[in-house]
Amino acid sequence: MKGSQSIEVEALIDAIGTGLESRIEKLSLDNVALIGIRTGGVWIADRLHARFSPEDSVGELNIAFYRDDFSRIGIHPTVEPSQLPFDVTDRHLVLVDDILYTGRTVRAAMNEIFDYGRPRSISLVVLVDRSGRELPIDADVYGTRLALQAGEHVKLMGPAPLRLEICATKS
Amino acid sequence: MSNNTIQLDDQGRLKHFLTIEHLPRALLVEILDTAERFTVVGDRIVKKVPLLRGKTVVNLFFEPSTRTRTTFDLAAKRLSADVMNLNIEASATRKGESLADTLRTLEAMQTDMFVVRHQNSGAPEFIAKQVAPGVSVINAGDGRHAHPTQAMLDMFTIRRHKPDFENLIVAIVGDIAHSRVARSEIHALATLGVPEIRVVGPKTLLPSGIEQLGVSVFHDLESGIERADVIIMLRLQQERMQSPLLPSGHEYFRTYGLTAPRLRRAAPDAIVMHPGPINRGIEIDSSVADGQHSVILQQVTHGIAVRMAVMSMAVGTQATNQ
Repeated sequence: MKGSQSIEVEALIDAIGTGLESRIEKLSLDNVALIGIRTGGVWIADRLHARFSPEDSVGELNIAFYRDDFSRIGIHPTVEPSQLPFDVTDRHLVLVDDILYTGRTVRAAMNEIFDYGRPRSISLVVLVDRSGRELPIDADVYGTRLALQAGEHVKLMGPAPLRLEICATKS
Repeated sequence: MSNNTIQLDDQGRLKHFLTIEHLPRALLVEILDTAERFTVVGDRIVKKVPLLRGKTVVNLFFEPSTRTRTTFDLAAKRLSADVMNLNIEASATRKGESLADTLRTLEAMQTDMFVVRHQNSGAPEFIAKQVAPGVSVINAGDGRHAHPTQAMLDMFTIRRHKPDFENLIVAIVGDIAHSRVARSEIHALATLGVPEIRVVGPKTLLPSGIEQLGVSVFHDLESGIERADVIIMLRLQQERMQSPLLPSGHEYFRTYGLTAPRLRRAAPDAIVMHPGPINRGIEIDSSVADGQHSVILQQVTHGIAVRMAVMSMAVGTQATNQ
């Protein structure tokens, strides 16, 4: 690992909180529910949840059963299952993740959400929008944009304190 | 009989699921943990995840079964696999086709997994040795040998109610001699660290040498379930008993039937299990089978999640080794 550097996470969370607020206002999204993608997205969703009114629901999505690389990596019996403690049907959902990279995770997350019901809308909020998209998916709100090379990675460490690390791996 | 060189790959991951015997504790816990995550799928609007999309599962049943076959069927469908149910009794073997030829025919249909029930002990292992690399075999009950998914769904049900395996008294009651369920359960309970496993039944229904599996033997029901946390009632398998080993069902019920007064000998929060189908009034009284201690219907629901776990683990292992 080399070239490690840090980014101010708190400022980014403030930025996406503000960005989400204005999006909700602009589009008149009433009764939104936040859904964090495990694990980094859940940390961010919890922080955003604190900024919004307490009756707003927050859910957690574990997309392990929806990954498109099951036949390459098998099943991961790791983290907790998805928990959506509210009915997603006709709800405005805000999908939250730490890093938007290829777009495959978001695709998997949307596939899973539709197995719970038919939401009114889904907005995508990410802390970091990094280069390298492989699918036509874009963030509605992002904290920062990073142009990284294929061998470079950005990772959110947490849950407390939250830290972003950028490193280059020998590939 | 089976050993881990067949069931596990070189990284210790599940490839086939033939028997609990010799499997490490960590793998049994992994099955239970994975199943735990699949339970939520059944509560959703779309009761399906796309893990085994495009895979083909063949349920190969050489012996009749309703609940095991239907829950395997449902488990595979909830994983989005394509499923074919084959009742071999009524199929080609009647026409003289050998088991190996039947298998080759099915493999030519690009099957990824066989779920096998067979009246002969060892048949699923035989099939596991025959199939092409990358094809998984799950034992859905063979002869008197093993019924590993039933044992794991029972472990799952126990863990839901009594998470601390190391402080449990478990009594298995009834026809131990003819029961592949009992055999797999004893291996699973011992591997998961249950310190006191009891088998309870008349001498004619307890196999000789059963003590060697580390269980204590009781011929009296009331002392056998004394202080027990878990009571597993087995079905009296009348169709498997060639000779009249027993008096009438009525007589059996008088001595070994679990009734509410007898259940008071067990721990106050004891759970009562039964792999089904129940013979009401023979091994268990209706008031117990439908009573507050009974978790019999939960076992059926848990069976789907446990089978989803085992199937996805095995297919995942095979896919990544290709």
